[in-house]
Amino acid sequence: MLLSQFLVLAAALFAFGIYGLLVRRNIVLILLSVELMLNAVNINLIAFESIWVSPEAIGQIFAIFVITVAAAEVGIGLAIVLMIFRNRKSANVDDLNLMRW
Amino acid sequence: MTFVDWISAPVNWVFTIIGLVVIFSGFRVVTSRNIVHAALYLVGALGGTAGLFLMLSAEFVAWVLVLVYIGAVIVLFLFGIMITRAPTGLDESLNSDHTALPALLASGFFLMMSWASIDAFGTQVIDSTGEPVPTEIIGESLFGRFVIPFEVVSFVLLAALIGGITLARRDLSPAEEEERSAV
Amino acid sequence: MLTRLAIIAQEGEHNEILAGDGGWWADTAGIMLILPFVAFLLILAFGKKLKHKGGEIAVAALAINLVWATVLLLMNASGGVLDQTTFEIGRIGSGLVFELGWVVDGLSILMFFLVNFVGLIVFVYALGYMKGDVRVDWFFAAFSLFAGAMLVLVGAPNLIQLIIGWEGVGLASYLLIGFYWEDIANVKAGNKAFLTNKVADVGLILGAILVGVSIGSWDFGAIDFAAFEGAPELAAVASVGGLLFFFGAMGKSAQFPFHIWLPDAMAGPTPVSALMHAATMVTAGIYLMARMFPLFEYMASNVRIVMIVIGTATLFGVGLLAIVADDIKKVLAYSTVSQLGYMMTAIAAGGYTAGMFHLFTHASFKALLFLCAGSVIHSVHSNNMSDMGGLRKFMPTTFWTWVVGALALSGIGLSGFWSKDEILATMGERGLDIVLWISITGAFVTAFYMARATFLTFFGTYKGDGKPHESSRILTVPLVILAVPAVFAGFLNIPGLSLPRLGNYTEWLAVRLVPMGDPHAEAINFGLAAIGLGAAILGVVIGWLIYYPDAETQLERDSFEIPVLFPLLRKKYYIDDLALGIVAIIKGPLARFVDWTNTYILDLIVNGVAGLVKGVGVFVYDTIDQRGVDGVFNGLSAAVDGAGSVVRKWQSGRVQQYAAAFVAGALILVVLFVFVLI
Repeated sequence: MLLSQFLVLAAALFAFGIYGLLVRRNIVLILLSVELMLNAVNINLIAFESIWVSPEAIGQIFAIFVITVAAAEVGIGLAIVLMIFRNRKSANVDDLNLMRW
Repeated sequence: MTFVDWISAPVNWVFTIIGLVVIFSGFRVVTSRNIVHAALYLVGALGGTAGLFLMLSAEFVAWVLVLVYIGAVIVLFLFGIMITRAPTGLDESLNSDHTALPALLASGFFLMMSWASIDAFGTQVIDSTGEPVPTEIIGESLFGRFVIPFEVVSFVLLAALIGGITLARRDLSPAEEEERSAV
Repeated sequence: MLTRLAIIAQEGEHNEILAGDGGWWADTAGIMLILPFVAFLLILAFGKKLKHKGGEIAVAALAINLVWATVLLLMNASGGVLDQTTFEIGRIGSGLVFELGWVVDGLSILMFFLVNFVGLIVFVYALGYMKGDVRVDWFFAAFSLFAGAMLVLVGAPNLIQLIIGWEGVGLASYLLIGFYWEDIANVKAGNKAFLTNKVADVGLILGAILVGVSIGSWDFGAIDFAAFEGAPELAAVASVGGLLFFFGAMGKSAQFPFHIWLPDAMAGPTPVSALMHAATMVTAGIYLMARMFPLFEYMASNVRIVMIVIGTATLFGVGLLAIVADDIKKVLAYSTVSQLGYMMTAIAAGGYTAGMFHLFTHASFKALLFLCAGSVIHSVHSNNMSDMGGLRKFMPTTFWTWVVGALALSGIGLSGFWSKDEILATMGERGLDIVLWISITGAFVTAFYMARATFLTFFGTYKGDGKPHESSRILTVPLVILAVPAVFAGFLNIPGLSLPRLGNYTEWLAVRLVPMGDPHAEAINFGLAAIGLGAAILGVVIGWLIYYPDAETQLERDSFEIPVLFPLLRKKYYIDDLALGIVAIIKGPLARFVDWTNTYILDLIVNGVAGLVKGVGVFVYDTIDQRGVDGVFNGLSAAVDGAGSVVRKWQSGRVQQYAAAFVAGALILVVLFVFVLI
């Protein structure tokens, strides 16, 4: 197994995530894309950990942290989506133009 | 190392299969016209990732991924989809019409990163023994050296929990408030 | 915990003063830095429920503080106290250490005493002044916050803690200038003060980083030693660092052209103006210069030229503005700026003692003047001198204490005379003749505008509404107490004299780690003193000539009588009688000639001098201050505004456009890192 094969796969997942982030209209789907990107990062962490083995398994620990933070992010993100949906009857980013000048 | 050398190792067959599953699922997550399908494809991508983790002897993280993501987060996503009454059938307007620039940026990122990865680590070989890292090591590390970050993260989760509840609970209208206090 | 300075002082030969370590009192001096913050929290928590809305807590905190300050002052006077207590908070690598704590030496003890003494008096005054006002509890809370931050500033053993206190007093200043926030103008004044200070603070922070990184410590003791021993790593950055520190000090101490915030800062309640914008906070810049004095004395002597130029411009140019101001608090504000210019110039000229001595006396008499002005405003309900007049009769205590303060400020006899004379002597010693003469002219201007303010406020006829009355005792007693140091503080440092067993101010202030090397005269320079006094008296006399005979009712009020002279004056030297009775023929022409002489020649001289001075004042105010300085700031804001209206068009509100821009930026960075930087 080469290290770079995992890295290229992770890069591909990350690129899909970016694409989804930029083209999806539904906020829930945008959150899905973000999960994809976080997952790509996890693959990198685990792959590097397995080639430079550390006695404390630092790469795996960080992957766990990333998973935890991602879970928190989904929780908050969906709560926000719910609020937006209640107030504006839509979960579509195109309809959210409050940040305009 | 030639391609023949590479493909003749059985572990790389497994990788190729899982990799294809992950790539396909990931692609469908961002292109599927059906919102529920997109969420289910994410399950495929995450499951494949868990398989990769097993290959990289990160057994514990793999099962955490399965439990947390596939068990909890995806369910949460499905709830989110249902509650926001997104059209669950085929929906052509799920993607915006301007896809050229995002595609350019994403492929640029992919080319850049994979080129850099290959350039830097081209021939580094992972000589994995297949033995999983003992969960004991992860536990000792998590509650030893990383105990403070661990507590911080747990605090973040707690904050997210409370924040999620606060955000999602509906403010009662004055009439409802009165009604409730009367009871 | 570390008690380092005393050890160094005993081991080294750097300072010949044999200083003690201050014992228990110095070890516990940190309580002074903490108590006001405790008071702040207590007032916020319980202030509303108390009789004086938390004022009693604030007063109690400063009263306890004053015990420490007084004991330390006396200990320092009788033998010198050098001590430092610090706690390590964190460190960068193995080199730079963040420490908090307190330094107890001659300079900080004097500032401790000053802040707590003037602060306590002003707090007591505020108990009466703010009674029945809005948000009294918040007022005292913010005021306590200021006192705490100021003590943190003056007790700072290193630059980091100094910056913490520096920003703390800036915050308190912002909060209290905009205290009456219902009026948008007050809020704007607060913003102006805060932003002007912020611009200058950049200099202080950059200077701290520069010096800290170059010598590996932010400790003032380390910086002093490095400067004294000529450490090459400090010498390399001394000029730039000194300039940056001075830039920071210019903001806080309102040096030209940063003085613009101080007159506007008068929007705050008068006790705030007295304590913060006259006695203590604005002197933080001077204190910084005094604290860093070895750097300027032994290394960055080229920076002192800049300091002298700006200090001189401040003391003269801004002082002139006070002549045209109608708002009594603005007169005092311009005067404060002018006096800060004196202090800055003095320190720049090498007069560490002279500058700090003027700071000391100025704090007492300027706080006194502000409190008097507050008493007047409380009674007249107007800030404008055109609404006052004749208040001498109605408010005798306020009047007399004001006169004491005005004389002290003008440099006639009382404390201001001695400290200003010392500044002039330092300039003379250093051969700064031009600066010396400008300063003497400035003394003349000071006396003139103080005479003007005095006569307009307390003499002539009352021009306002209602009937003014003397303020209640809680306002007047602080005035009387403050009048004491305004009279006597100057005697602490008369050259060649010293108190038995306690020494004099010069010796108190010299208790530092390294010798300051500033010149101090062994005897009074009678020539300079006479010139300075003469200039001041001339100013008062001209003020008297212009403003005193102003009112019609002057004769009725003028009940005292000097034989021969007064009847003679009233009869216009009998010239009219002479003309009527004896020389009837030449009556007309002669009388007309005498009259013409009287009206035109004499008045011309008087009015000419006044008009010239006033004209310069108006010119400086209208052209330089309003157009030039304000113009620069207005231009800056217009530029920001214009740029904003262009840039806001990029804000389409489409989140995904932003995300695309972000991703593109990240991609560019990746490309840069991969191909260019690595």
